[in-house]
Amino acid sequence: MSAIVLFMAVIAVIAGWWLSQQRLMSKPWLEEGALGDFPAAHEMTWPAAKIGLGVFLAVVGSLFALFISAYSMRMNMTDWRTLPVPGLLWFNTAVLVLSSVALQWAYVAARRDDMEDVVIGLCAGGVAAVTFLVGQLLAWQQLRAAGYFVASNPSNSFFYMITAAHGLHLIGGLVALGRTTAKAWRGVEMPQLRLSVELCAIYWHFLLLIWLALLGLLTGWTDEFVDICRRLLT
Amino acid sequence: MVDVPYDAVTEVPPAEVAEVDLYHPRSWWTRYVFSQDAKVIAIQYSLTATAIGLVALVLSWLMRLQLGFPGTFSFIDANQYLQFITMHGMIMVIYLLTALFLGGFGNYLIPLMVGARDMVFPYVNMLSYWIYLLAVLVLASTFFVPGGPTGAGWTLYPPQAILAGTPGQDWGIVLMLASLILFIIGFTMGGLNYVVTVLQARTRGMTLMRMPLTVWGIFTATIMALLAFPALFVASVMMLFDRLLGTSFFMPALVEMGQQMKYGGGSPILFQHLFWFFGHPEVYIVALPAFGIVSDLISVHARKNIFGYRMMVWAIVAIGALSFIVWAHHMYVSGMHPKFGFFFATTTLIIAVPTAIKVYNWVLTLWRGDIHLTVPMLFALGFIITFVNGGLTGLFLGNVVVDVPLSDTMFVVAHFHMVMGVAPIMVVLGAIYHWYPKMTGRMLNDALGKFHFWVTFLGAYLIFFPMHYIGLLGVPRRYHDIGEAAFIPSSTHTLNAFISIMALIVGFAQMVFLFNLAWSYFKGRPSGGNPWRATTLEWQTPETPPGHGNWGKELPVVYRWAYDYSVPGAPQDFIPQNQPRATPVLQGAAP
Repeated sequence: MSAIVLFMAVIAVIAGWWLSQQRLMSKPWLEEGALGDFPAAHEMTWPAAKIGLGVFLAVVGSLFALFISAYSMRMNMTDWRTLPVPGLLWFNTAVLVLSSVALQWAYVAARRDDMEDVVIGLCAGGVAAVTFLVGQLLAWQQLRAAGYFVASNPSNSFFYMITAAHGLHLIGGLVALGRTTAKAWRGVEMPQLRLSVELCAIYWHFLLLIWLALLGLLTGWTDEFVDICRRLLT
Repeated sequence: MVDVPYDAVTEVPPAEVAEVDLYHPRSWWTRYVFSQDAKVIAIQYSLTATAIGLVALVLSWLMRLQLGFPGTFSFIDANQYLQFITMHGMIMVIYLLTALFLGGFGNYLIPLMVGARDMVFPYVNMLSYWIYLLAVLVLASTFFVPGGPTGAGWTLYPPQAILAGTPGQDWGIVLMLASLILFIIGFTMGGLNYVVTVLQARTRGMTLMRMPLTVWGIFTATIMALLAFPALFVASVMMLFDRLLGTSFFMPALVEMGQQMKYGGGSPILFQHLFWFFGHPEVYIVALPAFGIVSDLISVHARKNIFGYRMMVWAIVAIGALSFIVWAHHMYVSGMHPKFGFFFATTTLIIAVPTAIKVYNWVLTLWRGDIHLTVPMLFALGFIITFVNGGLTGLFLGNVVVDVPLSDTMFVVAHFHMVMGVAPIMVVLGAIYHWYPKMTGRMLNDALGKFHFWVTFLGAYLIFFPMHYIGLLGVPRRYHDIGEAAFIPSSTHTLNAFISIMALIVGFAQMVFLFNLAWSYFKGRPSGGNPWRATTLEWQTPETPPGHGNWGKELPVVYRWAYDYSVPGAPQDFIPQNQPRATPVLQGAAP
């Protein structure tokens, strides 16, 4: 459970930092008057959707941290045979990076009010993401053809389950991306569009980050790190 | 009170609100059924939770009939008994209490108490309710599928949860897990709303430290739920894989009916870790909203500011954080390393400190207060007493050496029913008596309410106090018939019959309550906008019940904290949060 405890510690630090800005030491029973009368009474200036995405990313992060925790506990059992990772995953990873870069590019374009580049960036990002998903399916097929079925070893089971969970999150993101692209197509004004593009880009970067962490786990690169974490807690 | 220069406060113009941001229902369907108004969604959540909760109540009757009079009711066999306890536990903890506190009270109270027009993502909020309803329907459908609902116990421990010996192995367990997954998806949608609304949609002047403790409790509990429910999600998905695809996440090598099963190597303890990483925060997900609500009830009905407001807020936050590092105290008998047991016993005992601070502050709020023994106040007092009782037995069970012999006895059952069954339900009932006038414009009947309180309160004690004793004797839980054993004196059977009769009576009292809800809706005394003379914003709405958008044209501006009761020198014994001056400046007096 070290991964999830670590994740929760990070969340706790963020929450603690935020709370420290909220005048928790004030004495509200003595303070009368409207907000502006007090020093440092910040109002949060982020739009609601951005905060909503931030909270959602915390939930998604917690979900994957739990998958990683389960993985690192299960891999210690004697029946674990590490799965040979198909080479296709490297290609997929590169495509996912491209997808993230394209969306970042779209976001930068949105900030300089360049509608044409925004549409190109969004479409490129979407196409790359779909390519990634197709690549993942092909990787599954290769594994199955090589005899690595979902139930034949816990390492295989984890591989299929975790990649499926990640893929489903990406599909959910594609729905949002599709709606944003449709908005751009219809020619919605830039200030309205900018936020949507930014949120898509943030979500994509986050999923890329998670994918890199999962890749490290599945290929065994992070085994030593996992081991250190485990020893830390035992 | 410290002297405050009351008339130094300047009035602030209310915030402008763009008309386009408001949600306007266009037809009967979008007004009452597919509504995006948080108040309607709250009532939908509450009614659905109550309906499925009634099923769980009936299940508890059936269980008690079997335990009190074993052998008399031939239609309850051992398998059905297990199915009853499983469904009773799961429904009460997740589909009733969690949904009612967060989906019900959260939706109704957060926007009103922080001075918002609605939740920030109304469409997602609506979706949250419909997914919750789907989860409830999937759960209820298990009563009608072949093999019936699962009988794995509410903790669903593998490997037995998916083995053939357990009732509901075909369909029951699969639908249960599917229903949980749906519930979590639906809850996440709602939870995002509650958190972001508190963060983002507070009205002018509503700083975090001016929020009523109800909002603090629901807010913190929602954050915890958002972070803890994924653990149940992961556990459910992995168990579905084990059950449907034959993987071995949790399943060790097993021989069933002389046949080697296809499973091997899995770890049932892994499931327990995941389950309790959700399961322990869940206790506080239910308790923190109750803590918050009860603080407000006590303050209003004792006409006194809450004692130690800051400390109450810090305690809520501290409990929320600590509750994530105590989960393994549910697993002392799983064979864990003794040092782990020591660690988790320590954290468990530490969490009693902020909890005790809250109890002291409630009592000190009551101290020399102008206590009105209204029905909400009675339930609030009932909560404090019950919670202290249940909490103290929790300290026993938090210690490894005490827990090991008491593990899996009726003592544990009595403990958690006191602390997270009866106590939160007391708050739910008190809160309904308190806010029903705002939701309907009519008061609940007082005489029926007092009858309901006394039967429920005394009855609950008569049920669960003897149960502690039965547990200390060593009577195990989850047994459909304890039979004759040397260590169980025959008087236990009499006591069990007594408990069962009390359970029937307490259940009957809840029917009186439901009748009261229905009757008062049509015939209750009109309440006016602020019958309890309370300070918080939900009582200051221009209409009762509040209309769409809550506040009419202008949002309220908040000038003070939520607990200005009995302020010396003020003309009334309460000052609403949106009132700029405590005392009216006298005509002709110097400005």
